[in-house]
Amino acid sequence: MATSKIYLYPVWIRIWHVINALMFILLILTGISLHYSGSGFTLIGFEASVGIHNVCALILTFNYGVYVIGNMVTKNGKYYRKWRKNLVPKLWKQFVFYAVGIFRNEPHPFPITKKQKFNPLQKVAYVFAMYFGMPLLIISGIALMVPDLIGYKVFNVSGLIFYDVLHIIVGFVLSVFLLIHLYTCTLGDKPGTLFKSMVNGYHEEHK
Amino acid sequence: MKKTPTTILIALLLTFSFILNAQQEDTAKLKSIYFEVNDYVEDNEGCLKCHGEQKFKLEDAFGRTVTEHMCPDRFVDRDKYYSSVHKSFSCTDCHSYDLFEFPHPLDARIEEKMLCMDCHGYDESFAQYHFETIEVEFQESIHNIDEFSCWKCHDPHSYKAFMRNADDIEAAVLYDNEMCLSCHANFSQFMVLTDRGEINLVESHDWLPNQVAHFRSVRCIECHTEINDSILIAHKIMPKTEAVKNCTECHSRDSHLMHTLYKFQVKEDRKAGFANAIILNNSYVIGANQNIVLNWLSLLVFGLTFLVILFHTVMRIIKLKDK
Repeated sequence: MATSKIYLYPVWIRIWHVINALMFILLILTGISLHYSGSGFTLIGFEASVGIHNVCALILTFNYGVYVIGNMVTKNGKYYRKWRKNLVPKLWKQFVFYAVGIFRNEPHPFPITKKQKFNPLQKVAYVFAMYFGMPLLIISGIALMVPDLIGYKVFNVSGLIFYDVLHIIVGFVLSVFLLIHLYTCTLGDKPGTLFKSMVNGYHEEHK
Repeated sequence: MKKTPTTILIALLLTFSFILNAQQEDTAKLKSIYFEVNDYVEDNEGCLKCHGEQKFKLEDAFGRTVTEHMCPDRFVDRDKYYSSVHKSFSCTDCHSYDLFEFPHPLDARIEEKMLCMDCHGYDESFAQYHFETIEVEFQESIHNIDEFSCWKCHDPHSYKAFMRNADDIEAAVLYDNEMCLSCHANFSQFMVLTDRGEINLVESHDWLPNQVAHFRSVRCIECHTEINDSILIAHKIMPKTEAVKNCTECHSRDSHLMHTLYKFQVKEDRKAGFANAIILNNSYVIGANQNIVLNWLSLLVFGLTFLVILFHTVMRIIKLKDK
């Protein structure tokens, strides 16, 4: 069986990705601990959670800046562009593959190539997660980190309530995204193939 | 002038009977609102013409005058007095008639002052406020030291029952904390009552994140008193080593704040799915103000996602075995 290898994940992407993953997991764990503090869901103490959450948030924010700038100055940014073209039919095709085709050993409708790193479903999910979700999460998080700056009202509710609810909702949606992302990463040739790609930079496919 | 016994007597009288007169009454200072709440406004002016002024003038029989500053502890702000809980009182309801004499006689000055319990204690009409329990709490408090009395915090000439009627919690918190800060953030006042060194409140609370937000949103007594559900406001001030320092005491569904700051309004219904919603009128407390609707919705979404993934995984395993 022939194996094709495409170098898709340069070093800076892999470093960014591992930092992003670690920080995000720590933020989820401490975020749950803060939200459910004093109850059975408390995984980490409140005081420790505040400290860890704040530090991880700052690292994640800096890392996000690296990602945005990196995508602007390197070729990696092109993978996120033109995501709206024929969007619905493409999404449907990919969805049908995940729902049915994958069990019939049908070929991937949008195979990974040097020009096409993501399938349409991935592309939309990543664009929304990274260019809509993350900015909302970071802005609301900064507002909560410096609550004295948001004494004013937003949409006629307390700024604190607005930003906290926004932060919790976006954080939760991105956590669900993470869960799905982790699962779809097991959909390579073997369950560990795509994880290996993020370590050595090469996307491998057996033909 | 011939030194007759009469002239000598007159001279002596003029010299030694230092007839002192305070400044003339200024009726323009008397607002109509004072007369609406108090029947003794004019009588009270006998005291307030000096004690209601930051400065007062003394005049002797020779017409010589001197301007003096009123000691802050002896000053009574008319506006505050006539809007306080004791607004309908005559000065002589609590103070001796002998103080009408000026200079005030020593006997009247060293007479033991009335305290809260002299009127409020063991009286059916005040039973709902449990002043007796408050007195016990005070005696067990670290404030139970020489020269300390109810008046050190609750100035009878300006005190308002703020918390009991608080529509604006933020204003009530400010009012309440000013009582503490008048000594604990004012060393010249603090050193009058204790030999302890100066306290730097910002440094002693440096462990507390978002200090400004905390100081603005909660009273000092939230953490520095022991909860007592039988009285409206806890009065047993604990030593600093026993103060609440565990964040989750407040930052949790069963928030400490609902037994202290918000105990007057805990019966308010839950709003828009938020737990402890009464807090939302003034603040937002992470952990205490969870949105129950969102909590359940998130569990549902997370559960469904997990089920779909589980189903997909099982199907993949089955298909793998079929190969």
